[in-house]
Amino acid sequence: MAWQRKILRVDLTAGTCTQEALNMEWAKAYLGQRGLATKYFVEEVAPSVEPLSPANKLIFATGPLTGTMASTGGRYSVITKGPLTGAIACSNSGGYWGAELKMAGWDMIIFEGRAATPVYLHLENDTATLHDASDLWGKTTWETEPALRKKHQDSQLKISSIGRAGENGVLYAAIINDLHRAAGRSGVGAVMGSKNLKAIAVRGTLGVAGIKDPKAFMKATAAAKKVLADNAVTGEGLPKFGTQVLMNVINESGAMPTRNAQDIQFDGAKDISAEAMHAPRVTDGKANLVTNQACFGCTIACGRISKIDQTHYTVVNKPEYWGASGGLEYEAAWALGSANGVNDLEALTFANFLCNEDGFDPISFGATVGAVMELYEMGVLTKEQLGIEAPFGSAKALTYFAGLTARGEGFGQEIGLGSKRLTAKYGHPDLSMTVKGQEFPAYDPRGIQGMGLTYATSNRGACHLRSYTVASEILGIPIKTDPLATEGKAGLVKAFQDATAVFDSAGICVFTSFAWTLVDVAPQLEAACEGDWSLDNLNVVGERIWNMERQFNNAAGFTAKDDSLPKRLLTEAAKTGPAKGLVAGLSKMLPEYYSERGWDTEGRPTAATVERLGL
Amino acid sequence: MAEASIRVTLKLYASLGKYLPEANRRSNQIALEVPATSVMTDLIAPFAVPPAACFLVLVNGVFLPPGQRPTAVFADGDVVAIWPPVAGG
Repeated sequence: MAWQRKILRVDLTAGTCTQEALNMEWAKAYLGQRGLATKYFVEEVAPSVEPLSPANKLIFATGPLTGTMASTGGRYSVITKGPLTGAIACSNSGGYWGAELKMAGWDMIIFEGRAATPVYLHLENDTATLHDASDLWGKTTWETEPALRKKHQDSQLKISSIGRAGENGVLYAAIINDLHRAAGRSGVGAVMGSKNLKAIAVRGTLGVAGIKDPKAFMKATAAAKKVLADNAVTGEGLPKFGTQVLMNVINESGAMPTRNAQDIQFDGAKDISAEAMHAPRVTDGKANLVTNQACFGCTIACGRISKIDQTHYTVVNKPEYWGASGGLEYEAAWALGSANGVNDLEALTFANFLCNEDGFDPISFGATVGAVMELYEMGVLTKEQLGIEAPFGSAKALTYFAGLTARGEGFGQEIGLGSKRLTAKYGHPDLSMTVKGQEFPAYDPRGIQGMGLTYATSNRGACHLRSYTVASEILGIPIKTDPLATEGKAGLVKAFQDATAVFDSAGICVFTSFAWTLVDVAPQLEAACEGDWSLDNLNVVGERIWNMERQFNNAAGFTAKDDSLPKRLLTEAAKTGPAKGLVAGLSKMLPEYYSERGWDTEGRPTAATVERLGL
Repeated sequence: MAEASIRVTLKLYASLGKYLPEANRRSNQIALEVPATSVMTDLIAPFAVPPAACFLVLVNGVFLPPGQRPTAVFADGDVVAIWPPVAGG
């Protein structure tokens, strides 16, 4: 079996590390990573727990395919109760850290309590030790990673850490591994910071033993890799242009939230697109994009590596930002750019570097800046309060705020609380583009109706990675549906949500789903793992995971009224594009969605649903 | 009597941008004046864009289904944007 059957429990209050056997009954019902770690979480943590208290727990979890030869098998997730939302949080990251943890012999690590002073965990195969991290506290992730490699004299050490944002309680702080891969959303980094846990440094040399049928697994993974290679999206489009190719697609489709969702198309989109990243700059003749990059075991390689123009105002006399590092993905480019009306590609790249360096989510940060800029243009916030003029379109304000938020200085402390709290404080809560307190990403539900239902019902607050109906509504994957129609979207969203829960629990990247369906995943799991991983059962597993998360949120106090959208999307019609005159038709979709889910009118799984799913 | 013509903006994105004249590549678009009877293949033929590479086609932001591409004609002022297979998230 592809699980290591071993978890590490770290009591930060007591300073102890304890090995436990993985609960294999749960593994066969919840698969791994997102599903299995959430099962542990909901069994051990009260839904009412205060997210930043020692009673909250923080779980780093791999999936059964993590660390194997399955394509993209390098994923891990961080599960906790999120401080931004108060809902279940589950953030997924790539890079190399997840595979290293698995190859050190562990399926997951459960952190509980709070260390009295800053610590980091060092794992070398079976040996787990907590170390003093006082000298690392206050350092960025970019400083922490080399410092730990030097201290342990191990250049191959893989490190997951928080920067100053996590230490300072930025409610959307991220956990960063491999310098620029992130468990990015919902503030998992703030929970890590609240526990005085700076980093987890891992070295694993054991590999992943126990594949159920190695020969069948090699055959299944080879066949699945061929599907990825032969598919024009995963074999050509994503490696060459990355997710950023969507910038012009979504803008042309009239579904790009712009200037805090006042508009639905951005005339500067072409300047911050994938095509712009490839084009030689006027200033130095070099392109922003240096190369693409793959995570562990990935045969897609969609990651972007960029360099900032050394003459750009953001990096003049700052050689530490002249090197190649994690470039713009679509969501970040949108949040830092379109959401604020900023079309300066180099400024966006710099702000993105800061998000990686000090560990905070560019989506929530950028969207919060959008709210700040709207409040500034209304006269509610002033230059004196902000420290800078901040109209829409100001790259200088954007990068200034990124620095303040990274360092926890000045108005950055308020931006670090997210747009829900910030706009409420200044008397305009309707200007927060959030669901359950989390900022929505780069697709406007007025132009892509299924994404409205996706955001409203996402268990971790507004998110595109819980049900990416954009694939169907805009790109025609696996089938084309009308983005402006509400009919049929309830079933579409449910199908995407349940399937995505399986991808997130298997240890593979959800981007494989542009080419793979569960039909391609099932043979890999069947060959690797004991248990029933047939297509039929995987559909049930995905649905079970979704309902388990929902039950936790319901018990934490969320009700049907929280399955909503910002007032602007429901009442202010799109001004341009194909969706001109439309608002988000959530009320037409939500009752049908509840019915499809087997939930009552209050959004609670019925007794029959709970029994059917074995919850 | 001369055949009626219309003005259409053709946008070629991602790897299709290379088929545009050098001067148009940075903007990814070119203004065309074409016969009113033109269909999609007529728009891209002068630039040698392989029809098979045209995965996503939007006319004024609205999806043009593959089945309609051989026959759909355009209106004056239409914007026709074309991508190869792409995705993101």
